[in-house]
This record gives sequence, C-alpha cells and structure tokens, in this order.
Amino acid sequence: MPAASLTSVRSFVAAPVPARPAISVEGRRAFAFKGVEKRFGDKIVLDGIDLDVPAGQFVAVIGKSGCGKSTLLRLLAGLDRPTSGSLTLGAGDEGHSHTRFMFQEPRLLPWASVVKNVEVGLTGIAAGQDARQRALDILGEVGLADRADEWPSVLSGGQKQRVALARALVGQPQILALDEPLGALDALTRIEMQQLLERIWLAQKFAAVLVTHDVAEAVALADRVVVISAGRIALDLEVPVARPRRRGSAALARLEGTILDRLFG
Amino acid sequence: MSFSARLQANAIGWVLPVLVIAGWEAASRAGAMPANVLPAPSAVAEALWRLTLSGELIRNIAVSTARALAGFAIGGSIGFALGLANGLSRLSRGLTDTTLQMIRNIPHLALIPLVILWFGIDEEAKLFLVALGVFFPIYVNTLLGIQSVDPQLVEMGRVYGMDRRALFLRVVLPGALPAIFVGLRYALGIMWLTLIVAETISASSGLGYMAMQAREFLLIDVVVLSILIYALLGKLADSLARLLERLSLGWHPAFQNG
Repeated sequence: MPAASLTSVRSFVAAPVPARPAISVEGRRAFAFKGVEKRFGDKIVLDGIDLDVPAGQFVAVIGKSGCGKSTLLRLLAGLDRPTSGSLTLGAGDEGHSHTRFMFQEPRLLPWASVVKNVEVGLTGIAAGQDARQRALDILGEVGLADRADEWPSVLSGGQKQRVALARALVGQPQILALDEPLGALDALTRIEMQQLLERIWLAQKFAAVLVTHDVAEAVALADRVVVISAGRIALDLEVPVARPRRRGSAALARLEGTILDRLFG
Repeated sequence: MSFSARLQANAIGWVLPVLVIAGWEAASRAGAMPANVLPAPSAVAEALWRLTLSGELIRNIAVSTARALAGFAIGGSIGFALGLANGLSRLSRGLTDTTLQMIRNIPHLALIPLVILWFGIDEEAKLFLVALGVFFPIYVNTLLGIQSVDPQLVEMGRVYGMDRRALFLRVVLPGALPAIFVGLRYALGIMWLTLIVAETISASSGLGYMAMQAREFLLIDVVVLSILIYALLGKLADSLARLLERLSLGWHPAFQNG
C-alpha cells in the first residue's frame, strides 16, 4: 500500500482543532480521536477520549456494557457524529475503502449469493467481472471459495461471519472496525475465527479496532488494549508479546489479570 | 426435489377431484341425482364440447380474461406504487394511509349499485370493481413487506456505501418480495371473484354472462360448466403466481427443497 498522508480532518467544533503531526512508529496514522465527547441528551456516553492509532495497529477496546465502547466504534465508522472534539482519519488510497464495519451479526443479504454478498463490500469501488474476481479471491482467503454461489441460509454461523469478514475486507480498508463479531459463535469456532482474523490482518496490515467483552480474546489478538470506563480511557496497555502467540501463556495471563483488576478493581 | 417427485406430489392433489367426479357420474347414472338439479359430468362435458365447437366458450373466456387482467393491471399497479410510496416515505404514509384504511373497510362489492349508476353496464364498471378489489391486498402487503425489511440490513447497506437507489433495489425490494407475493396471490383470487360477480349482475359477454344466460334458458349443464371453469381459471392463476414465487424467492428457506 502506498503511504497515506494525513489529509482528511473531520472537525465538529466551531473552532477547528489544528492538525498536529502524527506521532507513531510507522510515521503515519490510521485515525485519531482528540477530546471526543458524545452526549445523548443529558447522558454523557464518551467524556473526552484521546486515542491515536497508527496505521496497521490492532487495538482491542474493552469495557463493561454501556461504557461507551460501541459508541466509539460507531463514531469511527461515521455512523454517528461526536458532540464535540475531532476525529482525524488518515487519507485513503485510490481504489480502497476507508473504514469497514463488521457487525455483531453477519447481516448478509439472504437473497444474494455468498459471492454477491461479498461484492457489497465493493460498492462504489469496483463492479462487474472485476468485483466478482476480487470477491472470489477474498473468499478463497477465508476458506469459502467453494461456497461462492450458495445462499447464505445454508451456511453455519461461523461461515456466515467469515463471509461478513470477507465482505468487510474485500475493499482493502485502512481501518476495520469490529463490534464483537465473534460474540455469538461457539468457543471452538471462535478460536478458529480469531486465528483467521489474525492471519489476514498480518497479511493486509489494516488498523483493526476490536470491541469485545472477552479479555482473553483481546490480549491474544491485539497490539494494544484500551479499557474504557464511564466514557473515559481507564487503561491504555501495550501487549508486547511476539506472534504467533500461545493461548494461555504466562505473559498473556499476567496482562489479562492487569486488565481484569482495572475493570473490577 | 426431482421433477418426477414433484409431479407425483402434484398428482396427489388431483386424486380427490377425480374421485368426486367419478362418484357424481355414478350417482347420476343410478338416478340418485336428477338431471335438473345437477347434470352428470358427461352431460357437462358434452356442453363443453358443444360450446367449444360454436366458439362461444373461447370467446367468453377471452373476454373475461382480458377484463380480469386489465383490472388487475390497473388496481395492482396503483396499489403497488402507493404501497412503495407509503413504505418509503413517512409523509406519504401520513397523508394517505388513514384514508386508504377507511376505504379498505368498505366491501368493494357493496359499491355495485353505485358503480352501475356511474358507469352503466359498460366495461368501465367491471374494470373499476376489479381494480378496486385487487388494489387493497397488493397495497397492504407491499406496505407491510417494506415496513418489515430488517433495519439491520438497511444499516449495513448504508455503512457499505449504497446510495438510495442501490439500497432500494438490493435491500428493500428483495426484502419486501415475500410479502408482495402473498398480496399477489390473494389479489388474483379477489380478481376472479369480483369479475364473476360483476359479470353475473351486469354484462353482455363473458363467463358470468354466459352462466346467467344459461340459467334463463334452463341450460343447467352450461351453468355447471361455467362454475367448473371458474375453478380451473382460479387454480391456473394461483399456479402461475406460485411459479413466479418459486423463481424469484429461491433464496428463501421455505422455497428450498420445494
């Protein structure tokens, strides 16, 4: 991917926040929240979030129900706008989608074949034979190339989420926002999906933001774990464990303990 | 299901009608059923032959079918358009739905005296009644179909960058289609019912007219023949709708293996 410069700034306050140079190891940034606040009526959901995520980083966002982590994701995906503060996105490359969203449910169109569902991820990017070829390629990567022309209703829950993952990734996004997409899967399918997600992320190097309840999942997958509590970032923790990571290793367990202490301490 | 298996499943549906006709023929031959109450199936078949040869039957069926389809096209397209408009636009729904629901509760056949006063016994009268009868099932089910489209899928479409047109064609319309087909099949039933009633009361051609003429001349075999033809035409229309349904709803779990 060619280097993206920092050009698009979405500002939501009367006085625009001056864009500061991104500070990150790769020298470029996927997105940054600066003093982002989100209120629904009197209820403050996000209360001054500052979060700078370099391109290609895998961030897990953890918090109890109602802490505002899903709202954070919706802001990132442009489904909602901050009440104040600014959200800065790195510039997108030509022919790529910028941010893609993976929902808790697969949300496949039941009346479209598997490959047509993946092509939805190329809306406005590619069409026709080109779109089909790209969709088939990414289906191969998630291991469903042979199911391309079937209806979604005949797939299992895990397979449906794999199609949804293919749909999210087919446009080669800079940012992939994941809203507990593995929450409804059984434990074994879940681990399989985590490994698939990690493998594709390592290959494509998009910035991933995974909202999850599962602390073990967070430390197994992420470079960085952000704990949100009462609308603020309560903990911002690097996960300095080399990949491939071994599930249940002492290093991961220690990190898990730190995070759980912060959540319930 | 293979073709022959499907044929078998369809054949089962015809066992009962054939048995009824056989029993009826036997009863007539044995004299248990007087011919002036109900003529034997063979007599009805003779009437069928006679009217086919004279061309009268084909002409009347053609006239009735043309009326039915014209009325269906008018009422169905208005119902479909309004159903879409009211499903997609809150303003349009607010403006028209209350009125339409009030009109819906008037049995459309109760308007026959008024319709005769307005249009006489011309073609317009029958078209108007059929169109009105067909309008509501199509309207109500199109509206229901659009309102019941999964909002999560609509949100997905928006997030993935579909514009309004793509959202409608790829998410909303396919999602509403099963309900629209329910409306279509219901409307086809109402279409025949309305037309026959209208033709029976006021017409100078068509199947309903043929049956009424036959009654005047006490040709009870022709009356029975007309009634049987209604049954066949109704079944034909329903089968066509089901075929369309199977072709366009192949994705629906209810139509797989079917």
